[in-house]
Amino acid sequence: MISTPSDKILLSADGRPLKQSLSRSLRQQKIRALLLIAPLLIFIFVAFIMPIVSMLSRSVENDLVSQTLPQTVQALQSWDALSGELPSEPVYAAFALDIQNAAKAKVHTKVGLRLNYEKSGIASLFKKTARKAKKWDIQNDGPFKDKLIKVHKGWGEVEVWQTLKTHSPRYTSGYFLNAIDMRKTAEGADFQPEDKTILIKLFQRTLIMSLIITFSCILLGYPVAWLLANLPMRQANLLMILVLLPFWTSLLVRTSAWKVMLQQQGVINDILVQLSLVSDEARLIMINNEIGTIVAMTHILLPFMILPMYSVMQTIPPSYLRAAKSLGATNWTAFWRVYFPQSVPGIGAGSILVFILAIGYYITPEIVGGTKGVFISNRIAYHILKSLNWGLAAALGTILLVAVLVLYWTYDKIVGIDNVKLGG
Amino acid sequence: MNFTKTIMTTASAALISGAAFAESHMSMEMTIVSWGGAYSNSQLRAYHEPYSAKTGVTILNDDSSSTAVAQLRAMNEANNITWDVVDVEAAPAMQLCDEGLAMEIDPDTMLAAAPDGTPASEDFGDMLVSECFIPQIVYSTTFGYRTDLVGDTPPDNVCAVFDTKTYPGKRSLFSVPINQMEWALLCDGVAKSEIYDVLATEDGQDRALAKLDTIKDDVIWVSSGSDTPQLLADGEVIMGATYNGRLFSLIEEQKQPVAMIWDGQVMDLDGWIIPAGLSPERQARALDYIMFATDTQRLADQAKYISYGPARASSAPLVGKHADLGIDMAPHMPTAPENLSRAFLMNYDFWADYRDDLDAKFQAWLAK
Repeated sequence: MISTPSDKILLSADGRPLKQSLSRSLRQQKIRALLLIAPLLIFIFVAFIMPIVSMLSRSVENDLVSQTLPQTVQALQSWDALSGELPSEPVYAAFALDIQNAAKAKVHTKVGLRLNYEKSGIASLFKKTARKAKKWDIQNDGPFKDKLIKVHKGWGEVEVWQTLKTHSPRYTSGYFLNAIDMRKTAEGADFQPEDKTILIKLFQRTLIMSLIITFSCILLGYPVAWLLANLPMRQANLLMILVLLPFWTSLLVRTSAWKVMLQQQGVINDILVQLSLVSDEARLIMINNEIGTIVAMTHILLPFMILPMYSVMQTIPPSYLRAAKSLGATNWTAFWRVYFPQSVPGIGAGSILVFILAIGYYITPEIVGGTKGVFISNRIAYHILKSLNWGLAAALGTILLVAVLVLYWTYDKIVGIDNVKLGG
Repeated sequence: MNFTKTIMTTASAALISGAAFAESHMSMEMTIVSWGGAYSNSQLRAYHEPYSAKTGVTILNDDSSSTAVAQLRAMNEANNITWDVVDVEAAPAMQLCDEGLAMEIDPDTMLAAAPDGTPASEDFGDMLVSECFIPQIVYSTTFGYRTDLVGDTPPDNVCAVFDTKTYPGKRSLFSVPINQMEWALLCDGVAKSEIYDVLATEDGQDRALAKLDTIKDDVIWVSSGSDTPQLLADGEVIMGATYNGRLFSLIEEQKQPVAMIWDGQVMDLDGWIIPAGLSPERQARALDYIMFATDTQRLADQAKYISYGPARASSAPLVGKHADLGIDMAPHMPTAPENLSRAFLMNYDFWADYRDDLDAKFQAWLAK
């Protein structure tokens, strides 16, 4: 009979309680493990988490107006934007002081540009006013209401002051509203005029075309992956090289090659005309539109579909198919009921990879997409590089990120993320 | 000891090969940002190579000019400016200057006078559109057409672009409102002097888009200056818009069956800025480079390699023949008198105000 006296604590060799000693060594192990992956953690933090956090904050941040024009923002608090009347003299005087300081610090155009996103004309209004205001004596030159209106009649428009007030809070929903084709006005959120709505359409197009690309990749990739997994080693290796070769070729080279292939005076059209399948006057338009983007991107993303499918299919024992057939299944039944269900995790992994890559694609649509085949990322690039509306670009990027996360979550609910395999 | 000695000798060798010991307060390496391609090449041969030979400075090239404003803003926010001299167009230069991202340059003390002693401010004249901007070339955006695909009456007027009856076939335009809206109004019968007044109104904008609607299905919309030359060479389009230097190289260097329409060319300037906030050594070097690269002879030299007009009045008579082809370059300049008379001047202030608004409208119209 074994008895463990409850009043006696188990001790380790150095005389410490065993429990304590165990937890200590576990803790040490954890710290060691953490130290080993520390470089990676720091890298991910600096190169991945921080940029995303800064993007998220940029999409709502709006301190430029209140920082550059502090007195004006303060003075505008008491002005009723919906009254339809111009603000009173103290607001104009505060503005004269602010714009003078801003002009001296050379920050007036930045604010002008910021407000110009909301109402065209404010950029030059600020520029012109600042040029004059630099020479003013704020103490003695008042009153400023008539003076400012004389400099530019824009200061006599209620709408300009409404824009200024609406976009003065430190945090704004304005960028997100713009990102979904709405705008922030003095009365609240409102739809953009119809001739300026473009972003929702681009979001829709990005989603739909990414889905089409993913499905074409499944259709084209599945037979190739099946061949790779089932051919004898020698042929399979050759085929593998054929799959990988384009994968190793520069993205730009592959995209430009499609340009040569698909254009109206290109290889495919030339062949079709020579075979008299298409008349010379009615050459097919296959580039600078949706077709161009879908064809080129399907080709570019195909390896991302084939490789996970292949690694999953390799693990499916061929004996299962033979067993099914020996039990009387036709070729189709054996494939559809036995083989296909086991290959689904590969399709899942490939689809997620391809879809997520496609939704953020930029360079290929830019080159072959014309105007009908560009994605939301092309618009984000425009706002980062050309219009410098980084807030709007950040809001668009955030929406795209959330859309991907939501889709990932739905996928997990419907298919189950455990069902995704990259191999093994 | 030996090591220090080696460094000392190398350093002094570099200095002696340079102009004088006075240069020791300037950095010996600089990054110059430009547009790449044939244009950067012309700068390399006309400016960089002689400057390096004269001073021993190592020049690094960065082809990022198309995104210069965004990148300079980001560098300014990060407080780490890695560029020394940047080649930009006039409009971005004005914006950089207004935002305090470019340093102000006094033409008369910081730039070389003309050989006859005319101060730089007079020599550049109206081209000095901003306090921070030293103009280098005048370029234009204009049309080229395939001589073999336009029938018996080659187009001589920019409105041929809108005339799909006489000139059936595809044409290429930039997918931005700038220039396309002006051409549309011009060919819809608006006088050159009134275009921007009309374009400032809703009705005028709708009118421009309606005019563009008439050719929308015949247009291949492009985003970069290299697209149209390629499309013309492939016969994908019968006419298309791009920069005049690109068309020159397509016609004269590559001998393609293409000719130019100078009518309605939209002129613009391109030149240098120096980012604000450089260290004294780097700033001194950048200024020294600018002084060298924008003198009368250097600007005239650039025209040997590319068909853009020098921005100095005193350079124009010095423009000679193409370095490799031996063609007389003067008639190929956008500033040649007969070309100049048909030009259209862009309004920078208008586009500073309306670009965001009209771009949204234009893109929405394109997507329709």
